[in-house]
Amino acid sequence: MSASSRAEPVALLAAAVAALAVVPLLVVVPSALSEGVGAAAEFLFRPRLGQLLGNTGALVAVTVPATLVLGTLAAWIVERTRVPWASAWRTLLLMPLAVPAFVSAYAWTDLAPWLDGLAGAALVTTLAYLPFVFLPVAAMLRSLDPGDEEIARSLGLSPAMAMVRTVLPRLRPAIAGGGLLVALHLLAEYGVLELMRFQTFTTAIMQQYAVGFSDVAGSLLASVLLALCLLALLLDIALRGRHRVARVGSGVQRRAERMGLGAWTAPALALLAVLVGLSVVLPVATVVRWLAAADGFEGELLADTASTLGLALLGALAATAAALPAAWLLERRRSKRAHLLERATFLASAFPGVVVGLALVTLSVRWVSPLYQTVALAVIAYAILFLPRAMVSLRAGLAASPPELTEAARSLGAGGTATLVRVTLPLMAPSVLTGLVLVALAVVTELTATLLLAPTGVSTLAISFWREASALDYAGAAPYAAGMIGLSLPLTLLLRRQILEER
Amino acid sequence: MPRRHHPLLASLVALPLLLGGCAAATDEDAPRAGALQIYSAQHIDITEALAEAFTAETGIDTQIRDGQDSSMGHMIVEEGDASPADVFLTENSPAMTTVERAGGLAEVDPETLATVRDGLAPSSGLWAPIAARSTVLIYNTAMITEEELPASIMELAEPAWDGRWGAAPGGADFQAIVAGMLAERGDAETRAWLEGLASGAEIYQNNIATMEAVSSGEVPVGIMYHYYWYRDQAGDGRASADTALRFFGGGDPGAFVSMSAGGVLAASDMPDEAQRFLAFVTSEAGQQVLVDSGAMEYAVGEGVASDPALPSLESLEAPVVDPSTLSSDAVLQLMTDVGIL
Repeated sequence: MSASSRAEPVALLAAAVAALAVVPLLVVVPSALSEGVGAAAEFLFRPRLGQLLGNTGALVAVTVPATLVLGTLAAWIVERTRVPWASAWRTLLLMPLAVPAFVSAYAWTDLAPWLDGLAGAALVTTLAYLPFVFLPVAAMLRSLDPGDEEIARSLGLSPAMAMVRTVLPRLRPAIAGGGLLVALHLLAEYGVLELMRFQTFTTAIMQQYAVGFSDVAGSLLASVLLALCLLALLLDIALRGRHRVARVGSGVQRRAERMGLGAWTAPALALLAVLVGLSVVLPVATVVRWLAAADGFEGELLADTASTLGLALLGALAATAAALPAAWLLERRRSKRAHLLERATFLASAFPGVVVGLALVTLSVRWVSPLYQTVALAVIAYAILFLPRAMVSLRAGLAASPPELTEAARSLGAGGTATLVRVTLPLMAPSVLTGLVLVALAVVTELTATLLLAPTGVSTLAISFWREASALDYAGAAPYAAGMIGLSLPLTLLLRRQILEER
Repeated sequence: MPRRHHPLLASLVALPLLLGGCAAATDEDAPRAGALQIYSAQHIDITEALAEAFTAETGIDTQIRDGQDSSMGHMIVEEGDASPADVFLTENSPAMTTVERAGGLAEVDPETLATVRDGLAPSSGLWAPIAARSTVLIYNTAMITEEELPASIMELAEPAWDGRWGAAPGGADFQAIVAGMLAERGDAETRAWLEGLASGAEIYQNNIATMEAVSSGEVPVGIMYHYYWYRDQAGDGRASADTALRFFGGGDPGAFVSMSAGGVLAASDMPDEAQRFLAFVTSEAGQQVLVDSGAMEYAVGEGVASDPALPSLESLEAPVVDPSTLSSDAVLQLMTDVGIL
């Protein structure tokens, strides 16, 4: 009885968060249909839309499988083989998180101006999004108990088959979650695609909004994007599976044996080196080269760094706090309703920042004018946009912390608060921190929502970089790129420590 | 139990302190009471130079919000009476017309309009031109000779130019050019030209990207505004190497001169200061700030000479169009119809 009474307030909170997350829809969908279904259909069923759909689909079809294969392979090499310098590779493979994707794209356009279209877009996004798959899969590989694998081998399976039959199925939530993040990011990506001259729904939406603000055409395109996002969410549910990951039993969890690579050492090393070289070394080296050409920094760099840091911290706290109720509900009271609440929080995140930003401008100007052009409104936008990052981390953390421990604490007489403080929070702390860092990283590079929502006079590193970069001023843009990398680097290292450090 | 969580707890304690610091940092940037709020879609460095000189002369504090023509125009319309903006500056006039048609502009002081050269101000009198820029054809001198260039911008839509010209139709700059074409040549001709653009032009992000594409030989010619080229030439010339400009002249739609516009918002709570700002921008002193900023846009003030590197505004033989009649909405509809947007 007490269990369900505990769940009710949490469910209310989760519902409130879900309601906030779908707020942009309240503006977008009615606006899309404001000129009638006929006009909407006329706008949608034209060759241009087919072209956008084809481009967006092709990008997702290339990049998602590429990140899944490369990310999982890299994670397996680093975590389960005796590859040399595994620890260094582990750090380096996370580093793309510290290099904003549009900075990479900009570096590529400088080095290889001929690289554009689908090839350029897929290359840059694959390299930039690799950590979204590498991170959860590597973390899962580290925390999986090797028991099942050993049993499978004792029953006569080869090491490789044992891995495929016992480990791979358990990686499904991590792989599916990573793939979902990649897909949602692709649907919302703007900077990279603009630089690669590859038109997708998001670049088209940006264009529509740039010329018409919250107009019907932009809203219609956003509605199509929403449908694509729903599709991705359904696919994820289908692929995620329902394996239990947390381990309960006597004894201490052990680390799996590492496999010798033999003749495969050189190819494995080459693969890791190429991935790291293209995704990290190349853009960073380019930024350093630009920096060398820059003649002194402007004072704006400091102010931009301060406001970027402030917004990142506030956004991270807001998004993580908002993700907690639904994540807890989902892992502890797995129900249809809980699933619905969680999925709702994913919807708005496939929207480009500009859609959420404009929806909030419209709503705040009309209904809550004290919020208009305040930091608070920008933070709300970040919470809506980056909820999934926090949600994915929290769910992974909760999934790996067995509910039996909480129940045991309670059965031993600990009260609700004591259980929370002494058992639940310590178990959740790592995943909370992971969520905070992932969101903060996203806010550091957020461009379009910030532009619309930040108070007058507030600029961020991303905005200044984009302004200089649009003028093709490489030297002028370099300090801001370096600033973003400088802010993201410690966050990424913290993330690595948190997730992949020896346990 | 687990000792390793202590750093986390420590950082959670430190977080509010950090946030306090950051909030203090951002508070300094928040809109200041008593400061004239300028919504600017002009190049930010030009607006900053103008605002600084204005404050130095009048002691009136200013604050600038940076944005882009169309979205900022629509934003002001959306904000309506609640708009914090006092003054709106655009790169091109159609965005100002958007606000004008929504009833968002106050009448500009007649003395301010009197300082602007004859024939440039809109017939409505609801905003003032603050600078001008001319459409040009940029071409790669290694790829194409002067004789092979089109005589009119309209020729670019012909099959002979398929895949051989670049443009940045997503920007307000380009839409202003099309608005000029629409006002002068009408719906059918403009639509046909846009169809040629949709099927035959290479699409770039903005004027500068178009310029670099021509310079690097991706396309032999491109459509842009004059001042990007002159600015690059005045600098290191890297993005405009091996290129030259062709001014179409002869009243061709390709010789269209677009006005940067300044307006005072009807909803302004500092209307007097806003009018003074606009008066300053069009005054000799303000126009000289524009010229000295290295913007390479044309000065529009009576008696102020533009940068000597530029051909004179009068020599451009621009088509005569009342900027009040330029509509971005009609242009956007056309561009959507032909599948560019």
